[in-house]
Amino acid sequence: MNKSLVAAVFGLVGLLAGVEPALAAGGGDLEHARINVRDTAAIQRGAKLFVNYCLPCHSANYMRYNRLSEDLGLDQNMVLQNFVFTDAQIGDRMTVSMRPKDAQAWLGKAPPDLSVTARSRGADWLYTYMKTFYRDGTGSWNNVVLPNASMPHVLWDLQGIQEPVYVAHGEEQVLDHLKLVEPGLQTPGEYETTVRDLVTFMVYLSEPSQVKRKNIGVWVLLFLVVFAMVAYLLKAEYWRDVH
Amino acid sequence: MAKPASSFSKRAGSVMSWIDKRLPVTAFWNATMTGYQAPKNFNFWYYMGSLALLVLVIQILSGIFLTMHYKPSATEAFASVEYIMRDVEWGWLIRYMHSTGASFFFIVVYLHMFRSLLYGSHREPRELVWIFGMLIYLVLMAEAFMGYVLPWGQMSYWGAQVIINLFGAIPTIGEPLTEWIRGDYFISDATLNRFFALHVIAIPLALLGLILLHLVALRENGSNNPDGIEIKENKDEHGIPKDGVPFHPYYTVKDIFGVAMLLLVFAFVLFFWPEAGGLFLEHDNFVPASPLVTPEHIKPVWYFTPYYAILKAVPDKLMGVLLMGASVMILFFLPWLDRSPVKSIRYKGLWYKILLTLFVISFIRLGMLGMAEGTPAQTVEMRIWTFVYFSFFVLLFFMSPRGKTKPVPERLTH
Repeated sequence: MNKSLVAAVFGLVGLLAGVEPALAAGGGDLEHARINVRDTAAIQRGAKLFVNYCLPCHSANYMRYNRLSEDLGLDQNMVLQNFVFTDAQIGDRMTVSMRPKDAQAWLGKAPPDLSVTARSRGADWLYTYMKTFYRDGTGSWNNVVLPNASMPHVLWDLQGIQEPVYVAHGEEQVLDHLKLVEPGLQTPGEYETTVRDLVTFMVYLSEPSQVKRKNIGVWVLLFLVVFAMVAYLLKAEYWRDVH
Repeated sequence: MAKPASSFSKRAGSVMSWIDKRLPVTAFWNATMTGYQAPKNFNFWYYMGSLALLVLVIQILSGIFLTMHYKPSATEAFASVEYIMRDVEWGWLIRYMHSTGASFFFIVVYLHMFRSLLYGSHREPRELVWIFGMLIYLVLMAEAFMGYVLPWGQMSYWGAQVIINLFGAIPTIGEPLTEWIRGDYFISDATLNRFFALHVIAIPLALLGLILLHLVALRENGSNNPDGIEIKENKDEHGIPKDGVPFHPYYTVKDIFGVAMLLLVFAFVLFFWPEAGGLFLEHDNFVPASPLVTPEHIKPVWYFTPYYAILKAVPDKLMGVLLMGASVMILFFLPWLDRSPVKSIRYKGLWYKILLTLFVISFIRLGMLGMAEGTPAQTVEMRIWTFVYFSFFVLLFFMSPRGKTKPVPERLTH
């Protein structure tokens, strides 16, 4: 009888698997962004895209331009020439030139700050989001991961124009995939790289010290392993006579 | 004294005796460290007490540096945290120490409490040690809750909204009470300011006082041990427990090893996994607080989710709040609910092993369900595990006097 009780208990332990904790940000099936935040060339290309396509409407208020020059190993003048289109100084933050009042009037609501968006949405969400804009039946822009997004497809000249293909799923029409109906300046493969660069920059932007953090972490762990070994030997030495 | 003392140690000795005449430093050290006999068979679970103290120190030190840069204002709080993460020298390290430390505090405290359930450390004569420990746990929950509001992200804001509104379920005084807590009609700058004051001054002071009482009460009877027997009942001719070893140096050096192991795990999380997949730092908390936008899914941080699940399991708000309160408060009575003639699980029968296993599963499962979306099927499951959670205490009370036990040895085993 005891054995069956034990078996019951272990059966219940099996129940511990299975709840999908609502930790993942965003919804829908997301593509893997497969980014590498140590790829400074990708971050530079992404930064260029970011200041050209995103910064006109979105701010990155917690980021300073000189941080870019420090982290990417770029000369301050190069940063000013390539990434700053306003009269901002090198120590200034990446603010948006659009006034909040104008943004409200033109777009309905001010576009959110993008400094830490990669941390709230996740890299995969951003990657999929930038790839799944499409022109819907009404002729306006829509998005698969953020339905009825108020943002237009700012990279449309690069990607081209996609339209949705629906399949019947019972009574409902379900979005199956997106079809490129008007090619852009880039091939789909090139566009994927473009989006990946942009997302790489945004992940860097969300925590500029992350590479330094991991680099230091390796040394800290190595030190602690040695420390733990010494501590263990010390303990063993003291406890040798205790029986 | 075989060896002649060097002139340095002679001088150090005279300094010490000068101090000892005025402040009983040596007497205190002897009474609580070298002269204090601890059972010699402590295992893994006995590291948790000293590790809790270590995490407390980490929290206080990192917290002091955070307050130097953090701005407790609704308009500046979120930005000041990002300022710490980016512009303050080593600010990211200080912030991650504090955020990782918060979760580690609860991990260590939960393991520390579980140790009591294993070996009956809360049983006579250590009931007050347990009571002070429970008070520490309650105060720690308040500390963690208020600290979580400070970064002023969406989860800070809406989590606080949900938790404070729970007080609104109390008849008559509920509504005015929530306003009194918030200092406003909604969560606002006033709320943030007072939570900051409580988080950095009032609650840490209470915490330190309670920890002192916890330790004084512990030293009075000495620690329990995995066998759940009193080592003081078996003394040698010098009046020293046969199964005891001086706390210092034996357990101080052992605890240093424990410290090293904890720091290894701590550093791994801090440097390589600070968000812990959204458990330690929630994704939604990287969106600034907005009273106008309700997040899709509001949930507390992982260490509160078991209780949150019990709250959600009950359809009626007031009943839910009462049941949730009861699920914490019932722990206070554990020393009197366990009426078994033996303390340690080693000498209790299979009945206790099954009860305890079910209790642990219910707690973990409730914790997982508490952070889930909340489908109808999950609600049913929450009710089942809530029932199992409370059954533990009821069954313990009735089964412990009758449950099978094994003979308890006179001396410690290993």
